[in-house]
Amino acid sequence: MNRLHLASEDAARKTLDVLYKDLERRIIASPPGQCPTELMGSFLRIAHSQSCGKCVPCRLGLKQLSIIIDDILDMSTESSMEQLSMLESTAKVIKETADCAIGFEAADMVLRGIKGCREDIISHIENHTCAESVNPLAQPVPCVAKCPAGVDVPGYVALIRDGRYEDAVRLIRRDNPFPTVCALICEHPCETRCRRNLIDTPINIRGLKRFAVDNCGDVPVPENAEATGKKIAVIGGGPSGLTAAYFLSLMGHKVTVFEKRGTLGGMLRYGIPNYRLPRERLQWDIDAILSTGVEVQLDSDVSSVEDLKKLHEDYDAAYISIGSHNAKSLGIEGEFAKGVVPAVEMLRGIGDEYMPDFEGKTVAVVGGGNVAMDVARTAKRLGAVDVNIVYRRRKQDMTALPEEIDASVAEGCNLITLKAPARIQTSKEGFVEALWVKPQIAGEADSSGRPRPVDANEPEEMIPCDIIISAIGQATDSAFFEEYGIPVYRGNIKTDNAAKVDALSGIYSGGDCVTGPATVIKAIAAGKVAAANIDEYLGFHHEISVDVDIPHPSPDDYRPCGRVELKERYAKVRGNDFDEVEQGMTLEEAMQEASRCLRCDYHGYGSFRGGRTERW
Amino acid sequence: MVNITINGQAISVEKGTTIMDAAKKTGIHIPHLCFLKDINEIGACRVCVVEIEGQEKLATSCNTPCEEGMSVLTNSAKVRKARKINTKLLLSDHNVNCAECVRSENCTLREVANDMGLFVNKFKNTAEINRWETDIPIVRDASKCIKCMRCVQTCEKIQDLGIWDVIGSGYRTTIGTSRGMTLRGTDCALCGQCITHCPVGALSERDDRHHFARALADPDVVTMVQVAPAVRTAWADEMGFKADDDTMGKLVGALKMIGVDYVFDTTYSADLTIMEEGSEFLQRLSNRGRYTWPMFTSCCPGWVRFAKTQYPDMIKDLSTAKSPQQMFGAMSKTFIAKNLGIDPAKICSISIMPCTAKKWERSVDQVNDAGFGSDVDIVLTTRELARFIKADNIVAEDLENTPFDGIFGEGSGAGVIFGATGGVMEAALRSAYFLVTGENPAPDTFRDVRGMDGWKEAKFDLAGTELKVAVASGLGNTRKLVEAVRKGDVEYDFVEIMACPGGCVGGGGQPFEEAMEKAAGRADALYGLDSINNLRFSHENSAVQLTYSEYLDKPLSHRAHELLHTELEDWDLTIKLEK
Repeated sequence: MNRLHLASEDAARKTLDVLYKDLERRIIASPPGQCPTELMGSFLRIAHSQSCGKCVPCRLGLKQLSIIIDDILDMSTESSMEQLSMLESTAKVIKETADCAIGFEAADMVLRGIKGCREDIISHIENHTCAESVNPLAQPVPCVAKCPAGVDVPGYVALIRDGRYEDAVRLIRRDNPFPTVCALICEHPCETRCRRNLIDTPINIRGLKRFAVDNCGDVPVPENAEATGKKIAVIGGGPSGLTAAYFLSLMGHKVTVFEKRGTLGGMLRYGIPNYRLPRERLQWDIDAILSTGVEVQLDSDVSSVEDLKKLHEDYDAAYISIGSHNAKSLGIEGEFAKGVVPAVEMLRGIGDEYMPDFEGKTVAVVGGGNVAMDVARTAKRLGAVDVNIVYRRRKQDMTALPEEIDASVAEGCNLITLKAPARIQTSKEGFVEALWVKPQIAGEADSSGRPRPVDANEPEEMIPCDIIISAIGQATDSAFFEEYGIPVYRGNIKTDNAAKVDALSGIYSGGDCVTGPATVIKAIAAGKVAAANIDEYLGFHHEISVDVDIPHPSPDDYRPCGRVELKERYAKVRGNDFDEVEQGMTLEEAMQEASRCLRCDYHGYGSFRGGRTERW
Repeated sequence: MVNITINGQAISVEKGTTIMDAAKKTGIHIPHLCFLKDINEIGACRVCVVEIEGQEKLATSCNTPCEEGMSVLTNSAKVRKARKINTKLLLSDHNVNCAECVRSENCTLREVANDMGLFVNKFKNTAEINRWETDIPIVRDASKCIKCMRCVQTCEKIQDLGIWDVIGSGYRTTIGTSRGMTLRGTDCALCGQCITHCPVGALSERDDRHHFARALADPDVVTMVQVAPAVRTAWADEMGFKADDDTMGKLVGALKMIGVDYVFDTTYSADLTIMEEGSEFLQRLSNRGRYTWPMFTSCCPGWVRFAKTQYPDMIKDLSTAKSPQQMFGAMSKTFIAKNLGIDPAKICSISIMPCTAKKWERSVDQVNDAGFGSDVDIVLTTRELARFIKADNIVAEDLENTPFDGIFGEGSGAGVIFGATGGVMEAALRSAYFLVTGENPAPDTFRDVRGMDGWKEAKFDLAGTELKVAVASGLGNTRKLVEAVRKGDVEYDFVEIMACPGGCVGGGGQPFEEAMEKAAGRADALYGLDSINNLRFSHENSAVQLTYSEYLDKPLSHRAHELLHTELEDWDLTIKLEK
């Protein structure tokens, strides 16, 4: 007899591991518009399958929760509100009395489900169908639904596969006048729920868009609609303002953009370094937008109640899209020392071609977002010998995209995590000498599930440095808007979901100044929504469409296939210049990637309805 | 010491005290279903939950030790609700036909649910249907199992056999056997300890009362009942009256009222066992080299089953003497029939036993030597007997003492203590001393082997020969002892083994109560009966003497071998299906 054996897995167990992976991908690909109550029941059933069965609450309680949910959903019997209260009280007791996480987390999932989907559950009990807000009939194409601007992704991917890059750009512009910008720097939420997850991995949508803009040549904008004689002011020439300006121009309105700085682009120019978004690529989009006849007033700061009042009087409508450009203060001793630079100010300077000299300097960057990565990588390019990114949480808690963090490290920046800035040590002359930090531990999670950093029982540590760049977030310069009567919530302008400022007629707002620092595609979406609603407000109903016919899908077997990732220039080379880091797809790569698209606009529910929105 | 408050009442308890035990000190008995002290402290039923102020999750009081400064609430709204819902969940998975349940009056789940007043349960009942065989001595009704795991833990930790096991997962988690689907395929000793530790009616003995009823109803059948020693101090528990020392007379009375023709005492055949087994021991002792040592007793069928499955090479070391039940059975259809002038073919021999394994023992082909079918026809456990008496509406408590039906109701104190761990050893030594020296020792000479310890040792001087003896009860203790013998760590001459902790008084067929181990009290009562008995020696039992003088000649005689001894090696362990 052998006393011990090496653990070996049987075939069923191995198969299950694979099926678990499949399920993980299925969860990732979960399409919007499904019945929350039914999904809750399905999740619960998985959780119950994981129960060892030792304890009553988990073994029997989860079973009864399943039965109640099934009964609520059962079309062959009547339901009652008592079922909901039973569901809730039983789940609560399971959560309080289950012995291990298999049980109490399953019950908590149900409780959170009840809290968040109560309306839907009640609707099932009373009307035997989902709540109206869930709208189970809307089974949209995932990528289109996840794109804030609703760009027709399957359409342009199909056009790219057909070699029709110019048409692809025209189709994108129907919803988004920044095809190049988004091709280069969009956070691509369109990819998150890609149905291709069910088979392997999402389509590289941004990469394909990039292939289109890299190869489309000159693409003229559509003709403007007949002039309406209406005048619209856009305050702020960033992505949101320019988007609104573009569509409003196409609708025949006369648009004037008031830009505080000497150049258009907003955060695209003053926040994103050239190596990620080369200026000439940005300019290509801006030029197209301006070709619709948008008037631009540069160096034109709308900075007082009077300015605003005048605009409000002189124009038929106004769109406020001033972004979120004010630096947040570090709030520690020594923050006004010589050598402490807010990241936004540094990037703004660079946007105006002022390059600070970091030759031979040691730099500490405070923060863990994309801006922190941008300034760290920029500092390295500006000659800094040592760049330390100091963050009070862990690497996985950073809000920067993982690829941005990886790129920073690849280019030689160091990550120093779990250190909170405590104070800045200065020389007699007032120059930065060191950043003192307090070690942290990742503590209890906050409501979003991210662990809170808590002071560790360790002494402060010193990080010697010459320059400290604080990249801990930005704020909106909203003070005088509030003074004018525009509602402000937590420092940002408050609008309804139609981008309208409720309190004042004809005033709309969107982008970072409403959401706080967010993504470019959200800013673009706000501009699009504002354009449509301003048009309506002015008494028109101009529709934006494009006459591009979408290729019919070819019958494909859709076997698992690798996703084409964009390549980057070698870190050691690219880290020394401001030229673009990323490289586009080859034709071969683009064709393979485009062929992976499952064409949800045509297959599944898409062939019935919801496959394509032709106009808005 | 640790200071806590329970419902605001300050109490100081020893470090390590559980919340449940601490609450008991403040007069609060926290309900529980799975908890079994030292054996099953797994917090599975979640009925014993309490609120510890400052914590969102409730804690199981059975396995959470008190900590300094704890403020415990046993009756907060949260606790009340949780207890109710968890109990209702248990009821949702339980066959709640309580009126039709063997444990109707002795069910912890029913009691807990009733105490809480759970008269409405809106959870859908999802109890498993029963797919188990009901024709073997230990019966499991899956529809009643609440998966408390007590049977699993009892078998594993007390009996060290691990017959029961958890099978399935999630909602389908249930109890099965570790080696297949039926109990018959396992090494089960049939001791019944799982039954006496089951909080509900999921485990019980096979009900054989209908055989008894049929025999009573048949005018051509002569019913002859033997009552085992351990029954007399236990049956009253099931009848619901306080047992004093002498309830045997009431029991005889009840049996007579039921209509039994002859009521005799297994103590008579226990004395007979002592004569045979004691003589066998002395005979082996005088031929020491021809045997391996120690010699083991063989009167416990649970032990016999255990020995045959776990240590088959040692079966030859067990005494060949039959158990008192089987000796009585063999005598009932031979000498007793002859003595009473009854046609043995008409006799239905019935035994009342504290034991579930006895139901199997009577079914073994190799024990039937009298020549009239089974030597013992029906075995009823103490519990079945009590139910039978109740069914006949007899108020047993009020009965007058009735004597046995003549000489075969005579038993010595030595035979009576068979029912307690160490009793067989003590009785055997009393008579062995006489057989060797020709004179009686003082009756309590060998009292060192008394007591509830699971493994006892003693040394005695038997007319110049030093005897090393040992006594074990409970199969876990037995395994330890046997392993020590096999390794040579210990050396004994004579070893008594009882499968159930405490011996037959704690037998698997005995009445039982939640959280009460009754073996010790019952054993004390048996020793009391021994001490007041005029007869303290098996060899002085006049029925025994008559049996030898008129029928068997002498211990180990040819006829005695034929009727009172058996070759355990030949015994078939098969558990027969009996309707």
